[in-house]
Amino acid sequence: MYEAAVKAYEDAGLDPRRDVESFVCSSEDFLEGTSIFDEYVPDQLGAAQKPVCTISADGTYSLATAYMQILTGAFDVVAVEAHSKASDIVDLGPVLDLALDPIYVRPLGVSAHFVAGLEMNAYLTSRGADASHCQRVVVKNRNNAVANDLAFKRERASDDTSVVSDPLTKGDIAPLADGAAVVVLASEGIARELGNNPVWIRGTGWCSDSPSLETRDWNDAIYAQIAAKQAYKQAKIEDPTRDIELAEVDDTYSYKELQHVEALGIAGDRKAHELLEQGVFDLEGNLPVNPSGGSLGMGHTLEMSGLLRVVEIVRQLRGQAGEHQVQGAQTGLAQAWRGVPTASGAVVVLSNE
Amino acid sequence: MFVKKRVAVVGAGMTKFMRRAQETGKELCYEAVHHALDSSGLRIDDIESVALGTAPDAFDGLHMKGEYLLDGAGAWRKPYSRNFVGGGTGVFSPIHGWWHVASGLFDTCLVVAEEKMSTCLPHPQAAFLTIFDNLIERPLGPNLIWIFALEMQRYMQTHKIPKEQIAQVAVKNKRNALDHPSAQIAQATTLQDILDSEVLAWPVQRLDISPVSDGAAAVILASEDVARKITDSPVWIDGVGWNLDTTYWTNRDLYFPRYVANAARMAYSMAGITNPRKQIDFAEPYDPFDYKELHHMEGLLLCRKGEAPKLTAEGVTERDGKLPICPSGGLLGVGNPIAAAGMMKVCELFWQLRGEAGKRQVAGDPRTAVAQAWGDLMQIGTVVVMRG
Repeated sequence: MYEAAVKAYEDAGLDPRRDVESFVCSSEDFLEGTSIFDEYVPDQLGAAQKPVCTISADGTYSLATAYMQILTGAFDVVAVEAHSKASDIVDLGPVLDLALDPIYVRPLGVSAHFVAGLEMNAYLTSRGADASHCQRVVVKNRNNAVANDLAFKRERASDDTSVVSDPLTKGDIAPLADGAAVVVLASEGIARELGNNPVWIRGTGWCSDSPSLETRDWNDAIYAQIAAKQAYKQAKIEDPTRDIELAEVDDTYSYKELQHVEALGIAGDRKAHELLEQGVFDLEGNLPVNPSGGSLGMGHTLEMSGLLRVVEIVRQLRGQAGEHQVQGAQTGLAQAWRGVPTASGAVVVLSNE
Repeated sequence: MFVKKRVAVVGAGMTKFMRRAQETGKELCYEAVHHALDSSGLRIDDIESVALGTAPDAFDGLHMKGEYLLDGAGAWRKPYSRNFVGGGTGVFSPIHGWWHVASGLFDTCLVVAEEKMSTCLPHPQAAFLTIFDNLIERPLGPNLIWIFALEMQRYMQTHKIPKEQIAQVAVKNKRNALDHPSAQIAQATTLQDILDSEVLAWPVQRLDISPVSDGAAAVILASEDVARKITDSPVWIDGVGWNLDTTYWTNRDLYFPRYVANAARMAYSMAGITNPRKQIDFAEPYDPFDYKELHHMEGLLLCRKGEAPKLTAEGVTERDGKLPICPSGGLLGVGNPIAAAGMMKVCELFWQLRGEAGKRQVAGDPRTAVAQAWGDLMQIGTVVVMRG
């Protein structure tokens, strides 16, 4: 956290003790092995004796929180933090089991990957797609990550087709990674004063579908549809297929990228797997999706995953993405999903104009 | 301090607080939300966003507790998020809701706070072992009562406060709670009862402490335009403040909660309050322990440092006194389902400022009041100033 915070403050040209008025952090206790993780955040962010709070969600929710705080007019500069120390978790599976309904579902002994396998099957069947499309997502994202200096494993995809929960294979699952991200938001006045190549938040949305596995939609990511609608409304975007030029979306599992792209409305009425086959989502395609490599390429960073997607869009829109730079994009979208067993997620629309 | 949109509370509701609820956490949320909606005249479809507060997942053994509670809290297919700042969560939750509306993004926000501690067996105190630093402190096996005994001792020693003056707070709050229909341990006790109760970690005795509880509470926030349409008596959230001190609680002087004072100054500045001792008509400071009410009165700048025990002894803080403190009965009397307990205080401000507190109503047509909670490692203060 300290390392990411120092980099962010230096990039913004701000002193946290003097200039940052509020701090929003992201964590879930069971991922930390510590209850009330909020206790352990202020010092390394330069935030002691300042307004600090924790939002128990992905970092994109914290970003939306900071955005609202600035819109109230009471704050000019707010910092957002999210991190993953996945390597401290001996086995994530039993932790995720504790997120299942303790009365109805947990006794059935279903695991997170099992639920994902069921959903993958439902989704692919409903679209007439198959596992080869998911494999193509994996290859695209892993290859994109080779060019990304922030990715921890910069190697090309190999075929790991050992089945975890049919049709889900090991290669379809993003491997866990450690990391931290800090993003500094400022009101328009301060941002223009700093004059440091700002990227603007044009809209945010977040939404939860039913928490119970039994009563939700398994084919479509309704949470992403509604969150995107909210974000587009704020951003005054009527046609996302026209206005969104690149996207960083959740790909914790390969099929989720396709499902999310459709839910976000950036593929129009087209089926995502068909556009994928045509190369539309490639780095050089018309709508690059996860040019950073996504979670499949960069690693699954728990509650930081979505904020990392935001960081990647910011790097792209500032022309700082290096070897995986998408040329000429002005508006991009970052999206997060909170993972099994949730049907919750957030969307952020960003623009450099 | 400029704020884009003025935010009103237009409804409040809560469950009974109890040692062991039969209801699940979801069901407790549902009941509180139902009461709050009824009191506002709104329906769940009128609610544009939902903010939830709940404290450690370790009580329930539920990972991502906020996700689990969301349908009970009325958040299905709505913008929904959970805040979590330890014991400060209850009063932080309406602040979390406040920026939804004050930002202009939403016209209504349902704010829910829930806690079900009884699921943790044999006693929820065990869950608190996991809040300590896992390298430096956890091997020592500390618990909350020990560290609060340290703080209480430091406070008493600094100001030379006799234990009798502190125990008086427990007598007052348990008696005030006799008039609260949701109260868990309302009692007519005597000073001697408190002083004779079992010593847990000196100077903390059993009746100095609030109980373990289950419960939920909810309020409904609305923008000024919407509030004026649906009620003649909105209550305004005119100031909010929160402040987190360093993790290293062993490195600061525990006699005064400077982080509460920082949070209070922020909230007062937003509400245009320059002299809280004169401008605050009554207060609901956080009272999980009897000394904490006094500590927090001082942190809220409602009196000088070390003066709160004296005011209590003089009866100033009684419900019919000049500065009523915890007229609800507080955590010591109504109960302490952590996040819901803080929210209960915000509900009390709402009912008192509308003149709807019944037998608990403080005299003199109160116009301005403050609620506060405290948490993490004796580290965070959360403050809300409300006006009728």
